Amino acid sequence: MSGCTQAVPVAAASTGNKIKVAIDPVTRIEGHLKVEVEVSDGKVVNARCFGGMFRGFENILKGRDPRDASQIVQRICGVCPTAHATASSLALDDAFKVKLTDNGRITRNLIFGANYLQSHILHFYHLAALDYVNGPDAAPFIPRYKKNDIRVDKATNEVGVGQYLEALEVRKICHEMVALFGGRMPHVQGIVVGGTTEIPTREKLNTYAEKFKVVKKFIEEKYLPLVYLLAGPYGDLLKTGVGHKNLISFGVFPMDGTGKNNLLKAGVYTDGKDSELDPQLIKEYVKYSFFDDKTTGLHPSKGQTVPQHDKAGAYSFVKAPRYNGKPHEGGPLARMWMTNPELSATGQKALGVKKMRDIGNAAFSILGRHVARAEEALLVANAVEQWLNEVKPGVETYVPTPIPENAEGLGLTEAPRGALLHYIDIKDKVISNYQITSATIWNANPMDDMGQRGPIEQALIGVPVADVENPVNVGRLIRSFDP
Amino acid sequence: MLHEKQQNSATTLSRRTFLKGLTGTAAGIGLSQIFNPALISAMAKGLETHPVLWIQGQGCTGCSVSLLNSVEPTIKKILLEIISLQYHPTVMASEGETALENMYRVAKEYKGKFSLAVEGSIPMAADGKYCISGEMNHKEITMLEMTKELGEMAGSVLAIGTCASYGGIPAAKGNITEAIGVQAFFKKFGIKTPVVNIPGCPPHPDWIVGSIAHLLAKGIPEVDENGRPMLFFGENIHENCPYLDYFDQDIFSETFTQKKGCRMDIGCKGPDVYADCFRRRWNNGMNWCVENAVCIGCVEPGFPDASSPFYEKA
Repeated sequence: MSGCTQAVPVAAASTGNKIKVAIDPVTRIEGHLKVEVEVSDGKVVNARCFGGMFRGFENILKGRDPRDASQIVQRICGVCPTAHATASSLALDDAFKVKLTDNGRITRNLIFGANYLQSHILHFYHLAALDYVNGPDAAPFIPRYKKNDIRVDKATNEVGVGQYLEALEVRKICHEMVALFGGRMPHVQGIVVGGTTEIPTREKLNTYAEKFKVVKKFIEEKYLPLVYLLAGPYGDLLKTGVGHKNLISFGVFPMDGTGKNNLLKAGVYTDGKDSELDPQLIKEYVKYSFFDDKTTGLHPSKGQTVPQHDKAGAYSFVKAPRYNGKPHEGGPLARMWMTNPELSATGQKALGVKKMRDIGNAAFSILGRHVARAEEALLVANAVEQWLNEVKPGVETYVPTPIPENAEGLGLTEAPRGALLHYIDIKDKVISNYQITSATIWNANPMDDMGQRGPIEQALIGVPVADVENPVNVGRLIRSFDP
Repeated sequence: MLHEKQQNSATTLSRRTFLKGLTGTAAGIGLSQIFNPALISAMAKGLETHPVLWIQGQGCTGCSVSLLNSVEPTIKKILLEIISLQYHPTVMASEGETALENMYRVAKEYKGKFSLAVEGSIPMAADGKYCISGEMNHKEITMLEMTKELGEMAGSVLAIGTCASYGGIPAAKGNITEAIGVQAFFKKFGIKTPVVNIPGCPPHPDWIVGSIAHLLAKGIPEVDENGRPMLFFGENIHENCPYLDYFDQDIFSETFTQKKGCRMDIGCKGPDVYADCFRRRWNNGMNWCVENAVCIGCVEPGFPDASSPFYEKA
């Protein structure tokens, strides 16, 4: 397609022996994704991510009661509905000018935090792990690539499969924790504008705490050690998949009522420099997306959703969000880079470094992203313990507030897989515009109008593909982003 | 399908406990009664002749995630012993053409026998271009094409979730993709394969597992006028609600956190909704929507428009 040739490095393009490899569907992700890579001399030299599905939530939300938004938007993603419920409720809190009670804020954290743990465990074991261990010799674990590059010994493989099965139970327990205050999961009722719908009782908090113990033990004793164990046989995957090295985080889990102090920090890291997040610098580009060119380069608050499924040159239903004109990667790596906490004892021992940023370049890699995610799971688990101490049984979690006649609201949070923005414009008490820049949109986007690749596309460059019939590292790279 | 002998023995052994398990007698009841060892062993033999292909259209994967929350039998048991899940984009090890080749091979080999599970709606606009589900021989396969081809070949179809059953959120007012559910899709193309709707946004894992079990062991379950198994969708939420006494006494909750009252004034759509959530509860019996807030009617054909605004009295 036009525009792609200019993105191909001149040297590689001139050799003329590039092989195109397409994977569609990319599986063990949420949603529909196709990837196409060009391989030359055993390495990826060009890559394109195709987002193949459009539903049009923005258009469906128009004209509805603003309070319906937090229910409807959860249906964007069944793996992280709590993230969309949170972003939407934050946007509505902003528009309704409502200040949460402390107990409301903490109960939201307990609901959302439990799903963070669920999402990270589900991702590592049930989405990613089959790239590193062989499952049982039956469907859905077969067929596999003929040469799938599984390098663990038999004993380690058995440990991996055993934990895959155990993790099925653990992630289910996380959802039970979500449901205690969220009502049910997926798709919670409990997170609404003004707080949460159910005041925690002592009894339900005890149940939550009991279940949480099992989850935390699993993270400490199984999940974290296994991630570091993989760094042995798959050590080269700490050296590939670097990407743009630009990161963005909106911050998540408010630790007090100011809205500024988050467990996982907001921030931007561009070309090696840190800066404070300024949401005004976000713009979405659509030159290579199936949307009207007239809608390119807009801030989400001015955003429009005008699909053109047959637009020439376009290859994705995903828009290309850019911060200050540049592509930025979101997710656990970005949040942990901004927060820069001390690593777990397991991590410090395995890597010989103390803090997240001490990992340096190796953090920007296929396995580095898994390390960041596992370490973040422990960090969130530790915070859950704190919130369990802070939450007050029987104390109000909800502040009723009428729908404003006309108002705007912005909700910024972090889905487990990256930065999440919701914007609402209310006119005559109904939604006149609603815009969503979801987490995976930050990572799995196509090229922008300036010709810069999206973060996953860029991270694919240089990834080794020794055998184009079995492009295992392509899937490994994509899944390291948890799209 | 199961051999006649196996089917009979499975049926005899389990008939009473089967129905008891499906309709439930206590809060939070699981499906353990259905899955007695004799039935599992009968099903395991059936696996060889009755694979399941699970495809995804315009959905959020929430139905699949809900299935993972199955308590009894556990998802581990379901994957390893009960269902031969030959294609599932979120779960299977394979990807790309390897996965699709296997799917079409199984569909051909078990033509008229395999079950097709559909999650998500099917967009009809723009020749189906709003949902691409894969690529073979350098040609895109739309959800429209995949559902048509596999739908004709399948022995039965399970429309998993409200999107696949009735269109759901992607078919809500304002959509431009002309999303529809499986039965409406089959009607358009004259496809005669029987469809069982398992609505819910998402469906309860017991509804999915119970319907599949029924299909494997006893054939198509009895359904209501909306194509839903009576076993799970035969009872009205409001009439069976634990807070019905409040309604009878005219005591109504005024805000979400006021729990001593009927939730009708804050938007509960229970009176228009048929499902057994009031008894079965969710996530291992931890909670359910009306205990936590209100019912938004996610199992009904008109969802979401018919129950929107969610937080206003109907």
